[in-house]
Amino acid sequence: MRRWRSGLGLLPVLFWLSLFLVVPMLIVVVISFMGRDELGNVVFTFQASSYATFFDSLYLGIYWDTIVLSVVTTVLCLLFSYPLAYYIANAGPRMQTWGLALITIPFWINFLIRTYAWVLLLRTQGVVNNLLIQFGWIHEPLQLLYTKGAVLLGMVYTFIPFMVLPIYVALEQMDKRLLEAADDLGATRWKSFWHITLPQTKSGIMTGSVLVYVSTSGMFVVTDILGGAKSAMISNIIQSQFLGARNWPFGAALSVIFVITSLVLIALFNRAMTSRHLAAKEGR
Amino acid sequence: MHTKRKNHPLLGIHSLLVMIFIYVPIGFIIAYSFNSSRLAADWSGFTLDWYVSLFHNRRVMEALGNTLTVAIAATVVSTLLGTLAALSIGKVGRKTKAGMGGLLYLPIIIPDIIMGLSLLVLFTQFHIPLGKLTIIIAHITFCISYVYVIVSTRLAGMGGQLEEAAQDLGANAWQTFRHVTLPQITPGIISGALIAFTMSLDDFMVSFFVSGPSSTTLPIYIYGQVKRGISPEINALCTLLILVSVTLIFLAQFVLNRGKGQKKQSVLPF
Repeated sequence: MRRWRSGLGLLPVLFWLSLFLVVPMLIVVVISFMGRDELGNVVFTFQASSYATFFDSLYLGIYWDTIVLSVVTTVLCLLFSYPLAYYIANAGPRMQTWGLALITIPFWINFLIRTYAWVLLLRTQGVVNNLLIQFGWIHEPLQLLYTKGAVLLGMVYTFIPFMVLPIYVALEQMDKRLLEAADDLGATRWKSFWHITLPQTKSGIMTGSVLVYVSTSGMFVVTDILGGAKSAMISNIIQSQFLGARNWPFGAALSVIFVITSLVLIALFNRAMTSRHLAAKEGR
Repeated sequence: MHTKRKNHPLLGIHSLLVMIFIYVPIGFIIAYSFNSSRLAADWSGFTLDWYVSLFHNRRVMEALGNTLTVAIAATVVSTLLGTLAALSIGKVGRKTKAGMGGLLYLPIIIPDIIMGLSLLVLFTQFHIPLGKLTIIIAHITFCISYVYVIVSTRLAGMGGQLEEAAQDLGANAWQTFRHVTLPQITPGIISGALIAFTMSLDDFMVSFFVSGPSSTTLPIYIYGQVKRGISPEINALCTLLILVSVTLIFLAQFVLNRGKGQKKQSVLPF
């Protein structure tokens, strides 16, 4: 089979991604070990002071809050998404096409617009407050916007499609003969879900969770638009170091810490899921 | 399909509620874009005024021009590079293949904020002024991956029998490519290009870092306005952007699965 003469066609992509993806990230790592002058320009000295600054309780606290918010968002997305994905995967062919289309559409609607929608709903003169007042449940508008709750809501709202789609794909691809076998052996629906469907769709849960976790912790726009001054996340701090405060070494150090901790958390999660999967297999 | 589980009614209710949760906020933006009240607090009649004033807003039109320039340039280059990579990856050894595959997935996995700031650092260190060019370069970088994933999935799905047959019949490598491979992957290329265009059109995070004052794109303009509060014009602009993105994605999906006998393929990267 001769499709294409050689692998030379990979060279342009290799060149492009090295120059505009790999090299820039390496530069960020290098800058994280440098200092800066009074004007905010990067100075070529080797120091680890930016990393030391991170261990200030303020930044550690913000990062801890970021991790907690991202984990809670991931768990909520999973709880809302799994039943929905399951429903779509088991629906009739027409319903399935529609369900899939309906869940794909928000994936492609700009998250900025979807976040803005919540400003319309949650602000003091917004839809939710107006409705509550009309129903007579409250007399004064509630402060819904610029709260931690609004941020959590915005995050879950933004990332639900990222969770539904991988789980749906996993449900579609799982070996359904196992379910038949379980039925024949007299397993209850719940039992076969717990021992077959759930372990078989772990790849989807994993993909979805990693996507949601990484996206949430890197998403400064939702906190920026729906959150108050106190709900800043690590990504807001990073963003302001590069675009506002002009402390690049510190911003770079935060980015490095952010990427490394994300990778470690993902690896830990991966291991936990895999070992449970093995245990389930052995128990069968 | 007797292996399908019959859905429990509670599952149906849950799914309906999640769908309502997803669509009601978007529905309000669309509805308010036609509301004649400037405050959008309550409904005071249907109007198209906000759409009209959008087209008379010089800054919006300028941002639209920038957005289209960037999206077209990024689509052309990333489609070429991504397709070339997809065609070539089958020709290299296993290790190179794994390495390149990983590299090509990197832009999808890396958080946008990291990609944006590292490109900002690169451009600044090499004294490249921030503007349309830097946005185009940034967009090409992440669009390549989406084109690559779609075209290579398409290639993997078609098998090699037709190409083998063509070569057995005496076609040379170029003829085989031109008359056998290319027609079969064309839907993948078009679909990939449409996805790349949509990704570029919608991108905010990366553009935010690498755009200059005179190269505002529509998402960056929207961000600036949203930070100031709500406005009916922004509702109209958002509605239009939603309409365009959704249409393009449906088109991409349609083109990809139009042919008979093709394995169904999704435009999503996972």
